[in-house]
This record gives sequence, C-alpha cells and structure tokens, in this order.
Amino acid sequence: MWLWFYKLASPPYAYTVAGKLRPWLLWSAIVLMIVAAYGGLVIAPPDYQQKDAFRIIYVHVPAATMSLSVYVVLAVAAGIGVIWRIKLAHAVAAACAPIGAWFTVLALATGSIWGKPMWGTWWEWDPRLTSELIQLFLYLGYMALRSSFDDTQRADRASAILAIVGVVNVPVVKYSVIWWNSLHQGPSISKLGAPSITSDMLWPLLTMMLAFMLYFAAVLCDRIRSEILKRERNASWLSGVMSTRAAEA
Amino acid sequence: MTEFLHMGGYAGYVWSCYGLTLVVLLGNLWFARRELDNQVLRATRRAQVSTASGSETTSGKAS
Amino acid sequence: MTQMPPDASAREPGLLQIAGLIAARELRLAVRHWDQVAQPLIFFVVVTTLFPLAISPSLTELRNIAPGVVWVAAMLASLLSLESLFRPDVEDGTIEQWALSGQPLPLMLLSKTVTHWLLAGLPLVIMAPVVGTALGMPMSVWPVLAGSLALGTGCLSLLGGIGAALTVAVRRGSVLLALLVLPLEMPVLIFGARAVDLAMHGEAVAGPLNLLAAVLLLCLALAPFAMSAAMRISIE
Repeated sequence: MWLWFYKLASPPYAYTVAGKLRPWLLWSAIVLMIVAAYGGLVIAPPDYQQKDAFRIIYVHVPAATMSLSVYVVLAVAAGIGVIWRIKLAHAVAAACAPIGAWFTVLALATGSIWGKPMWGTWWEWDPRLTSELIQLFLYLGYMALRSSFDDTQRADRASAILAIVGVVNVPVVKYSVIWWNSLHQGPSISKLGAPSITSDMLWPLLTMMLAFMLYFAAVLCDRIRSEILKRERNASWLSGVMSTRAAEA
Repeated sequence: MTEFLHMGGYAGYVWSCYGLTLVVLLGNLWFARRELDNQVLRATRRAQVSTASGSETTSGKAS
Repeated sequence: MTQMPPDASAREPGLLQIAGLIAARELRLAVRHWDQVAQPLIFFVVVTTLFPLAISPSLTELRNIAPGVVWVAAMLASLLSLESLFRPDVEDGTIEQWALSGQPLPLMLLSKTVTHWLLAGLPLVIMAPVVGTALGMPMSVWPVLAGSLALGTGCLSLLGGIGAALTVAVRRGSVLLALLVLPLEMPVLIFGARAVDLAMHGEAVAGPLNLLAAVLLLCLALAPFAMSAAMRISIE
C-alpha cells in the first residue's frame, strides 16, 4: 500500500494516473450533476417559506462547501510538501488555488443573489458572509505570493506557510453560524442527528455536493499535469509522455 | 413547462445562479485544459530542441 | 571584554538573555532613527483627520464611526511600520547571522517583534484616546479603546511579522504584504472595533475583549514559528 503512495509521489507516474482518471471523474461528475439538477429543480417540492427560490441551495451550498474543502486540501498538500519535502504535494497545492478561488466567488455570488429576495439585501456584513469573503482574499493572497517569487521552490515553501496560517479561517466560516447570531441560516446537515431538511430536498443536495467534488478532482487532474510539466522542465521522461497526450486528444 | 421556467416568480434569481454556476464550471474546465495544452506544447518544443541540438541538456530557450 | 569569567566558553546564553540582547539592540537602533518610529504615528493621526474632512465635521455623526475609523487607521499605520521590521536587517545580513547562530530563530524574531510593538503599537495605543476624542468619542470609552488596541496591535504586529517575513525578499513587496496580512487581521479588526462600539453604547465588552485576548495568545504561541520558517525561506 505504501508502495502505491511512493509511486504516486513520482511525477511521471502521477502524470499518467491523472490523465487516465480525468475522463472517469469528469463524466461521473456530469452525470451526477444532471441527476442532481433534475432532482433539485423538478422533483423537489417548493419550500414552504422560500417557494422556488430555495432551489438556489443546490448550487450555492456545494460551491460554498467546495470553497472550504479545496482550501483544506491545499493547506494539507502544502503542509505535506513542506514537512516531507515532496515536490508533487506543492504542485497539488498550486493546482488547487484557482479552482478553490472560483468556487468561493461562486458561493459569494450565488449567496448574494439568493439573499436579495430572501433577506432583502444583496449583502450583509454578518460573520458567515464576511469570513467567506476573507476566504476569497486568502486564496488571492496565496496566488499573489506564489507569483511574486521567480524560484518555484521558494514560491512553494513561502506560500505553504501562508496557506497553513490561513487555514484558521476555515473553522471560522464553518462555525460562524453557530458561534454568532447570524443572518445566514444555521447548518441543515450535520453528521450527528437528523437533518432539518426533508429527504426529497436532501438527496439532490448531497448528489450535487458529490458531483462538485468529482468535478474538482477532474479539473485538478489537468492542473496538476500542467504543474508537473512546468516543474519537470528538463526531465527525460517528458518526451515519452508527449505522445500519450497527443494520443489522448 | 412555463411554470418550471417561471420558478414561482423567482426566475431571475434562480436561473442567474444556475447560469453563473454553469459558466464558472465550464470556464474552469476549459482554462485548465487550455493551460495543459500550452504546457504540453512547450514541453514538446523543449524536447525537440534538445534532440535537435544532439545533447542531453536543453538549450537556454526561454519558455 | 577583559573581565571574562573562567567558564564563559562553556556557558550558553539563556533564552531570556538572548531575547533581552535583541530587545536592547532594537531599542538602541530605534533611538538613532526616531523618525522611523515617529512616522507611522504621524500617519495614524493624519489618516484619522481625513475622515472628518471627507464625511462630516459634525461630531455627532463622527461619533458613530469613530471606533471603526480609529481601528482602521491603526491597522494601516501598523502596516506601514512593518516595512521597517525586517527589511533593514535582512538587507545588511543581520537576520542571516541570527539564523546561522544556532540559537532559536523563533525566539529572536519574537523578541524583535515585541520590541517593534513597543515602538510602533504602543504609541498608537497612547495616541488613540486623543484621536478618538477628536472624532467625538466620550472619555468613558478610553479604557476600552486603549485596551482593545493594546491587544489588537499586538496581534497586528505578530500577524504582520509573518507577512513581513514572507515578503521581505520580494521586490516592492509592500502592497503584497498588505494583501496578505489584512485578511488575516480582519477578525482582530472586527472584535476590536466592536468592543469600542459596545462600550460607546454602554454595553458589556467582555466578549470581544476576551476573543481579542485569545487571538493574541494564539498569535504569541504560533506566529514566531511561522515567522521563523518564512524568514529562513526568504533569506536563502
């Protein structure tokens, strides 16, 4: 089992594995998204209070969940890269950042659009929204710090420290609705206890969240491969790999 | 069908959210692919240059 | 150097001794460069002056925004002072010597940052009641204002130190420094300004102040290590 892990840390192997996985990940994501969208837009009954506007939940919540999960993946990968000095882990962290940033933008935008009919305002400076905005700044700061170093190794390690320091914001976003009296509604799904949302409204949400995760993994495959190519500039294994990519296309 | 599109009066809000989501998801997919293709192109060029010059090390070609 | 105890070579300097030596050095250097110490303070006053000019000279209106204005101005002034925290010492190789000395770099950087706070943060804390009064704050709020800023500027110095260590090797990195550090400092701003705001309305301030204290303790415990790791990367 550990042999597999060590193999995966080798760039050529990771490059090919990512290339092979991507179609599977992407197509399952697409199928699940269609199913979840159908469930959320057609099958699920309108909400008692929010009527049909609640259907925004099926894109807003998965986007928001991903905005935090991707950051955790980023921070963990960066930590692994710094502690065990695995270059590929740094590549994973770098690859995560733009995807996570866009999820955060999507969460903020869909949340804002949802907020207008529900709360009467496009924006509120309450803890959940504010900390999610800070999350976006953390992503942007991470990418800005990365790009300010010419040397990839230094960029990797400096941005890793920033990522780890910033991970403190993730629990703040997650628990902000519990810790403070927030305008944003409380958690509808929790690991323990029954969810406060009916099952025909719940399953499309869970399906969409899974779909978003698979989608993230699919996009990550491409981005990791780009990062590997950028970093392995002079490696001899590259020429063999080029023909595989050409064959894929 | 019109009821579905109408979304109980919230059509503007719901469909703009879903539309935005589609744009962001497709955009990320497309840009990631494009970046990969660029990097593959560059790597291929580098490999070609190094084999053409007949040496193991790559030239100082800026990419 | 003539009166050396016989076993001086065998005696390692203690941690407090190291911290004290560094603090003394910082203070001595600061005395020689008073202008560097005074400038952020002047900036603080100037920025707070901008708001009455831009918004309204009416004290009743200014009173509402006074906590926020004082706090934001303090944050910006602290950002400016961060420029002089590490850069001069990295440029002349002092930090490199510290990193190679075999003594714990986190401790040395912590000592440097604490002294920097005494020179940059503490003056803000003392000046804040004056500026606050100019913006219509009642005297009764001064203790909470000074207290929240004392805790807050401590956090700002520590968090700012991490950002400064990360960007010290980046050319023209001051804007990047602000971009990195301000999001991390936002919770401090929220709690601090809220505490003063609550005090102005006569409500209990224990909540935000306790949170500020907790953040400060967290920063004191962890920031030195982040600073040290970042610094080692920057100076290599």
